[in-house]
Amino acid sequence: MIHLAWLVPALPLLGMILNIFVGRRLGRKGVGLLASAAVGSAFLVSLGLFISLGGLPHGVHQAEQTLFTWIAAGSFHVTVSLLIDPLSVLMSLVVSGVGFLIHVYSIGYMEHDKDYRRFFVYLNLFVAAMLILVLANNFLLLYVGWELVGLCSYLLIGFWYEKKSAADAGKKAFLTTRIGDVGFALGILLIFVTFGTLDYSAVFSQAPKLLQVGGTTATMITLLLFVGAIGKSAQIPLYVWLPDAMEGPTPVSALIHAATMVTAGVFMVTRTHVLFELAPFSQSVVAIIGTLTAFYAATIALTQMDIKRVLAYSTISQLGYMFLAVGVAAYSAGIFHLMTHAFFKALLFMGAGSVMHALDGETDMRRMGGLIRKMPLTGWTFVVAWLAISGVPPFSGFFSKDEILAAAYHAGHPILWLIGLITAGLTSFYIGRQVFLTFFGRSRVAPDLEPHVHESPSVMTWPLLALALLAAVAGFVGLPSANGSLIQSFLSPVVGGEGGGSFDLLLALLSTGVGLTGIFVAWLMYSAGVVSPTRMAARVRPLYNLLWNKYYVDELYGFLFIRPFRRTAAFLAEIFDPWVIDGAVNAVALVTDGASRVIRVWESGYVRNYALSLLAGAVIMLAYFVLR
Amino acid sequence: MITIPPVHLAVVAPLLVVGVTALVVMLCDLVLPANERTWLAYLSLFGLIGAMLIGTQLWGRQTSTFSGMFLLDNFGLALTFIFLTVAVITVLLSVAYTSDRGLVRGEFYALILFAVMGMMIMATAGDLIVVFLGIELLSLPLYVLSGFARPARDSIEAALKYFLLGAFASGFLLYGIVLIFGATGSTNLLQIASVLTKGAHNSVMLYAGIALLLVGLGFKVSVVPFHQWTPDVYEGAPTAVTAFMVAGTKAAGFAVLLRILLVAVLPVRDVWLPAIAILAVVTMTVGNVTAIAQQNIKRMLAYSSIAHAGYILVAVAAGGAAGTSSAIFYLLIYAFMNLGAFAVVIAASRGGEERLAIRDYAGLARQRPVLAAIMAIFMLSLAGFPPTAGFVGKLTIFQAAVQNGLTWLAVIAVLNSVVSVFYYARVIVFMYMREPEGEPWPAVAGDGRRMLALALGICVAGVLLLGILPTPAYQAAQTALLNIL
Repeated sequence: MIHLAWLVPALPLLGMILNIFVGRRLGRKGVGLLASAAVGSAFLVSLGLFISLGGLPHGVHQAEQTLFTWIAAGSFHVTVSLLIDPLSVLMSLVVSGVGFLIHVYSIGYMEHDKDYRRFFVYLNLFVAAMLILVLANNFLLLYVGWELVGLCSYLLIGFWYEKKSAADAGKKAFLTTRIGDVGFALGILLIFVTFGTLDYSAVFSQAPKLLQVGGTTATMITLLLFVGAIGKSAQIPLYVWLPDAMEGPTPVSALIHAATMVTAGVFMVTRTHVLFELAPFSQSVVAIIGTLTAFYAATIALTQMDIKRVLAYSTISQLGYMFLAVGVAAYSAGIFHLMTHAFFKALLFMGAGSVMHALDGETDMRRMGGLIRKMPLTGWTFVVAWLAISGVPPFSGFFSKDEILAAAYHAGHPILWLIGLITAGLTSFYIGRQVFLTFFGRSRVAPDLEPHVHESPSVMTWPLLALALLAAVAGFVGLPSANGSLIQSFLSPVVGGEGGGSFDLLLALLSTGVGLTGIFVAWLMYSAGVVSPTRMAARVRPLYNLLWNKYYVDELYGFLFIRPFRRTAAFLAEIFDPWVIDGAVNAVALVTDGASRVIRVWESGYVRNYALSLLAGAVIMLAYFVLR
Repeated sequence: MITIPPVHLAVVAPLLVVGVTALVVMLCDLVLPANERTWLAYLSLFGLIGAMLIGTQLWGRQTSTFSGMFLLDNFGLALTFIFLTVAVITVLLSVAYTSDRGLVRGEFYALILFAVMGMMIMATAGDLIVVFLGIELLSLPLYVLSGFARPARDSIEAALKYFLLGAFASGFLLYGIVLIFGATGSTNLLQIASVLTKGAHNSVMLYAGIALLLVGLGFKVSVVPFHQWTPDVYEGAPTAVTAFMVAGTKAAGFAVLLRILLVAVLPVRDVWLPAIAILAVVTMTVGNVTAIAQQNIKRMLAYSSIAHAGYILVAVAAGGAAGTSSAIFYLLIYAFMNLGAFAVVIAASRGGEERLAIRDYAGLARQRPVLAAIMAIFMLSLAGFPPTAGFVGKLTIFQAAVQNGLTWLAVIAVLNSVVSVFYYARVIVFMYMREPEGEPWPAVAGDGRRMLALALGICVAGVLLLGILPTPAYQAAQTALLNIL
């Protein structure tokens, strides 16, 4: 089975290629089915890999599959090879599984879009790129997947490119993540310079010998890699692209936020944890940036009125949790939360998409309300996701978030733990607020839309149900037991048995309490009407404005970076380029052109002239050889 | 008592297969009715592929026969594979071309096969006399093929020019061989090398011989200043023949050049190296600069082929294992790119009417999007853009040059390939960014369209595969080293 691993990324690629070349003949239905089947079968193969991992000989936990030698230039040797180990298999299961559900959902969601085929082509490529990223066995292939994911995000966020805001958002995502990618590329180059190879196994086995613990090289490498993670996984200060990314079709948001792209950074840090453990400073940076991002993004989410924007900030915040986990070396907790988050965040986005589908694209929660009566499936599955993200036992988020907080506490970071705990309260509050504003209370839907509000077709609700089930029960793989939880022992061959995973009843009760408090406050403000949100907002007006305007960070970046850049670009475009560059190029072209005309005169067409010049050449040659 | 030296026919087996096929094709031409001539193409393909299969069986063996007249080594075999590939593609694209232009005459394929035989003799020759025989066996069919479009005026003109100048150049070549024989007392390549190593030779006579040899061979591979026939002949000859000449003759000429310079006269490398380096610079520069001013696509590709001869001379100058293998590798890539570009010229034609001016390609992307995309791939590859094969090929040559201490030459070559982007990109600009002029040119369904499509497919696959996955082919080229004593 292991030797079939190449099929995992190949199947979505095949789906893409087929859709490009014969998609037009398949018709709309065929296109969507083909794309979904491609990802679905990739999931089945991943499942096969998962099973066959258990069949490996005792003590062996990974296998490599070399597909072909890609580059062999002297000492630089790179193969296209896949690494099949618990981490990569778990990631491919999540990516292809959630990806498959999103594909199915898109069949319904994109039904009326004119560019149906293009959408599924991009979607397949996106999933394939992410699978290449997680299955790579060397840094170069990882980078290929990393960049392909970036490209796909650009294509999909800007999918409705006729809309200026969508095209801008696509550009913003691409440019912002590129800043991180530069750091990432530098990190990979530094790895090559240090180790002379880019293969994971060689790098990780040599790392303890070649790098000093806390040495400059180790710290530089890991910080540069983390810069890449900051960009891709939308952490402070490069998170600004993610909220705008919702300009893309909602299934794309679900894919970016849940299954692909943003999880790449967390995965990469886990994959290279051997290096991070040699750089305690970088680990602290990861943990601190993660925690700050978690808190910061949660505060912004408190006030937003756009149903997708709340979720976008929520994703940033939850990714912060994951970085907190990997920063305190609780890798399995980070990956565990990555997985549960994939389920409930995909569910939240797809639920939001279902609402927008019913309300003709409306995203303002002030014009919603009471929708659960008309769309019960969407509503109740959304509630499940809410309970999961709020960490209410026994839903999945409880186990994963609690594990992270406990790990932070036990790793000796009480302040980070406290901030994480407060963030948990904020999380359950803002999602609760969203649930109450959208699905409960009286309807504020525009009167002309009201009669048309309907539950989405079953092709969209079935994925919701499947995800709701996963969001509800997936936590049980993290159920604490004597030998660590299931997921911990599954991942231990990759990340080692770490501390911090131990279950602490007191901490669990505390975080559950905080989560429930958040829900209660949301209920008080937005459902029971005991506290008026507007009066609350008025009382803390400056703070509210700061949050509502997202700390003015977009404006700040505009002032600090974009405006000076624009000025420089304008100078280059209007003065430097036409006069200096074009001038030089035109001069060269003019000279070459002139020379070319002169030489052409030589080309007379007369045989006698040709023979003469041949003879002259021969004389020169003879003269050189004889007289030298 | 005369002893007859042992003969290993296996050494020349691919050669014999091609020769016999040529004779059979000629005979069949007599009995086949005029409208069944496509069978001659199938027959030729059969023979060529058969020769290729026999060649694979010989891979890795090293021996010689006919008293050292013919050598069997991976170098010769690698070149043989290139020639046979070129011939297969030429035959595939000739069916459509000859039927479009009413040139269906049986001797066409026989002449191609004889020319291929000449190339194969050149690549496997172990003696200067056999080299000369191979060159003549290649040249005579080419003279006829250049004039194959008779009574078209430019075709006849091309044939006559090629013949007159070719005969002139052959004189230099032969005189060079004579002088080398005089200086060393042998025409056998390996023996010449051993005489030179011992130092038992007449230097002035030897150097004069090398100079004249370089003139003769330089003519065959279009090295400046012996190149002037190239654009006129390439323009006038039937396009299928031009494609064959561009890809095949150049590979054969370089096979001989490599074998003579890097085996026979290797001991006096210090003497010829500056000359080769200067010729490389002049050839690249004149080829590229002149190509810029061309308005006719066949002339443009002719000058481009001159420029590429300059790049391959860089590999020859680099010498050694890296130079040899990069030259072989480049010749293969070069064959795919050029055959492909000429195949597009043939495929883009309308009946007998060809798009000859670069202007005629305006708007091709609108009318024939697939064909335009394919042409764009070939142009990018010729210009040396990744991920096409042209990039990898240039990279290996430049690497070889730098490794062997010729960094300045590599720098000039890189600058030259920058210049070349101008005229290759112009074709793409015309195809994609200009409105078509005049009536649209519909695709014509004639004889051999499928075979033409197959030829195009092989070339595209070659260019992309060697660009993305160069390692297997390059490793094969690295084992195709010259048999040096």
